[in-house]
Amino acid sequence: MAKNASVDFADMQGLLRFGYAKLTEASFLLLRIRDAAAARAWLAAAPVSTAEYQSPPPAAALQIAFTSEGLRVLGLAGDVLAGFSAEFLAGMSSDRSRSRRLGDTGNNAPQYWQWGGAARVPHVAAMLYAREGGLGAWTQTVKGVGWDAAFEVMDCLPTSNLYGVEPFGFTDGVSQPTIDWEQQHMMRDPNEPVLDYSNLVAPGEFLLGYPNEYYRYTDRPLLSDESEGASILPGAEDRTGMRDLGRNGSYLVMRQLAQDVRGFWKFANGQANGDADERRQLAQAMVGRTLKGDPLAQAAERPITGVDAEDAAQNGFTFDADANGTRCPFGAHIRRANPRTNDLPGAENHLISKLVHTLGFEDGSFRDDVISPTRFHRLLRRGREYGPGLTQQEALEPAPSDDPERGIHFISLGANISRQFEFVQSAWLMSSKFGGMTGESDPLLGNREPISGCPVTSGFSLPREGSAPRRLEGLPQFIAVRGGAYFFLPGIRALRYLARER
Amino acid sequence: MTPQANLTVFAPVTAGREDALRSLLESMNTQPGAANALNGLIPFGALGELHFARLVILDDPTLGDCALYHLPRPNYPVYLALLCDFDGSFDAFVKKLVQVAAEGLRRIFTHCTDFDPALDLERWLKTHHVRPATCYVNWVGRTMLEVREESALTDALRAFMSANPAVANLEPRQLHQSLRNFAAAEQKAGRLTLTAEKATPLGWVIGNFLHLIGVPLALLALAPFLLLYAPIYVLLLRSKERSDPEFAPRPDAEHAARLSALEDYDVTNQFSAFGSIKPGLFRRWTLIFLLWVIDYTARHIYRHGRLARVNTIHFARWVFIDNKNRLFFASNYDGSLDSYMDDFINKVAFGLNVVFSNGIGYPTTNWLALDGAKDEQKFKYYIRRHELPTEVWYNAHPGLTALDLARNRLIRQGLENAAISEMELQQWIQIL
Ligand code: HEM
Repeated sequence: MAKNASVDFADMQGLLRFGYAKLTEASFLLLRIRDAAAARAWLAAAPVSTAEYQSPPPAAALQIAFTSEGLRVLGLAGDVLAGFSAEFLAGMSSDRSRSRRLGDTGNNAPQYWQWGGAARVPHVAAMLYAREGGLGAWTQTVKGVGWDAAFEVMDCLPTSNLYGVEPFGFTDGVSQPTIDWEQQHMMRDPNEPVLDYSNLVAPGEFLLGYPNEYYRYTDRPLLSDESEGASILPGAEDRTGMRDLGRNGSYLVMRQLAQDVRGFWKFANGQANGDADERRQLAQAMVGRTLKGDPLAQAAERPITGVDAEDAAQNGFTFDADANGTRCPFGAHIRRANPRTNDLPGAENHLISKLVHTLGFEDGSFRDDVISPTRFHRLLRRGREYGPGLTQQEALEPAPSDDPERGIHFISLGANISRQFEFVQSAWLMSSKFGGMTGESDPLLGNREPISGCPVTSGFSLPREGSAPRRLEGLPQFIAVRGGAYFFLPGIRALRYLARER
Repeated sequence: MTPQANLTVFAPVTAGREDALRSLLESMNTQPGAANALNGLIPFGALGELHFARLVILDDPTLGDCALYHLPRPNYPVYLALLCDFDGSFDAFVKKLVQVAAEGLRRIFTHCTDFDPALDLERWLKTHHVRPATCYVNWVGRTMLEVREESALTDALRAFMSANPAVANLEPRQLHQSLRNFAAAEQKAGRLTLTAEKATPLGWVIGNFLHLIGVPLALLALAPFLLLYAPIYVLLLRSKERSDPEFAPRPDAEHAARLSALEDYDVTNQFSAFGSIKPGLFRRWTLIFLLWVIDYTARHIYRHGRLARVNTIHFARWVFIDNKNRLFFASNYDGSLDSYMDDFINKVAFGLNVVFSNGIGYPTTNWLALDGAKDEQKFKYYIRRHELPTEVWYNAHPGLTALDLARNRLIRQGLENAAISEMELQQWIQIL
């Protein structure tokens, strides 16, 4: 394998490195291409923001991503397009089996989506970010000339600034994987289990063209050096004589999730018989963090790689010390979304212990070692809220007849949609069998639809010290899927390649 | 204890009748790939001892991979496989199967070359049974009756606690007593049954014991020979590992879509895969030996809930066919195929490597057990490409994972244990 070249921030879109938290205004334009040549010309000149540090920090940013249909319409050759992953090519909503796995059934089925369903798959997402008050002007600047000839705006997804809180009222964006930009951890033997949960993740988990946690390169389109226009693309690290269309790019998953904030707090209030403290505690148990973002699980004894001192209070923990889920329920959103498991739970760092655990000879509870190692299933989250905020008090009041929709434009980045987003969504969040439980899916996200042999999936268990778990029943659906698509977020040179004149 | 057994019938399909057979099999389903429990051909639901069953047409689209070894495409027949996993003896099951489904079985197997409706069906099935090289049973001796009773018990206890929150809040000892009283009353009223375990058949006990000591003795006897041969074996292995071609292209989209259309209706899924073994005696003997060892571990070591670290497989088997030139693998597992493959890669790569690396095109291994499946993407392509659509699949306990079954059993055991210790009690209340 070629020596890993250092990561090239100038060739990468900024979203991979920054959340643009200071750019509090944002809107996502979902576009259909009117005219491929005009679209290419516009893209060639688009002021796309890179992942380099800028000083002073930028006042606005633009990111561009494409669905597979978008790339096809733009004129990418079929054999090159075929090098992208099968999930990306098929799209989020194309196939009933995928919808079943993602929980997009019942009233969440793509046929009811506002966008992203069969006839309404966007080609391009133009994501605009600006400082407070600057979005209007930035949008005009970005559009520039040629916009109208190039695109038809299918949808404009506005966002709102809820000051770091998602619509239910919880601090958002607390836990993120730390990307191992220096690739310090890369030289390990893939046959050796990693015994500690680490938050430092190989760049290849998020960027195409770099080694991933298996120390392998994820499939992506490679072109021969000679193919037309390919000379502007970076070389493929793992294949000499090939150019890498994926390098410094990523897949971007977008889902519009409407949140029934009133339903959420009313349910919690009902269960708590109107007691404000208990209501809050219950809501926090569903999330696994306090409203302010502190974990319910207790801090780890040793520091966690990839969690710096500043972040330790909020992310220096695993669930190892909470084997019964009495501090943080097994079913809590963050315990499902990132169970913080290592490769060989319970094993110590010597040969005998590793062997015993590898062969499954340790004795313990039937729940031990039932969850996959998390390092293969991490998401870099870049979502934004939309709709007006509501306080808990307001949420408990009756809804006005014209109550506006609110929720999250969920966005995640990753190099492998099926192993990351789809796995987390289906095996961990929507699964009614996660971690040896039954009859419950994610308390926030569950669609509460029955599945074959399990008429009930709407429970939520709260394990308690010294008595049987408290089991809540009949959780209503708090989240409705309104749209979604899989995008490719190209590197800068890849974008130039896609936009080149022909 | 009543141990499980299996029926594994292979019969070559008459050329040109495959399509007719396929549509006949489809008529047994309520939704893609999932059998109607009371379908008119084989009413699986009428067989109370049956855990899982499937019918698969084994038409291997990867046969041409022999070209990697410059061999012509072999001319194997397309097979129809009928697989059943059940409680009790083989003979008793086959007899009962023929009783409830003679007509349907005849209609199905008339599509096979050596079937004659005039034949004795029971005998015919038995002569077409191929003994799997390796069988895995998640929980040896857990019968369908227990599965049903224990699941009903868990549901009843939970419903009782949910209707009586005061009970759920009791301290552990009182809760235990209260649930015992409740269960006893339910049993008396005939709403719950908890049948006591039957005595283990003596023949099985003896056979199992002989196997338990026989295999190590055989290994011991073979040891001098194995040791002598080991260096040569290693040299051969390493040279083959360096030269064996990998062939794991992405499965074509149509094949993948056909497979995924059959998945994820239930929390449990089926998996059927087929492939050719690398040419030569070296790989064949390696495989025979390793499957024999794995079969031993499944029979005597991994008997209760996990196969090494994997706790999502209900039943699995490896079967040699066509003079041990080809290997068929079938399993019933919980979760989606992707999570199943992730378990393979992250938990038991060594186990899969030692077996599947003897198959043509498998991602390159080192020392038989290393790497291979750790090439995640190639491995997943390889698996998917060798997978075959399972035409008909029956699961007697939809909605229940292997972990559910394990938990339900623990709940019952704890309930029935009047003298449960304080520590056991603390663990027991947590799984209620
Ligand atoms: C409207 C829907 C959702 C809401 C309200 C929500 C809310 C939250 C909250 C409050 C947190 C804790 C704070 C933080 O770490 O940022 C969190 C964490 C997280 N969520 Fe969600 N979420 C939603 C949808 C999703 C979806 C669809 C996924 C993935 C498919 C997801 C994956 C995650 C992950 C991976 C974490 C971090 C867990 C950790 O590393 O500790 N969330 N979410």
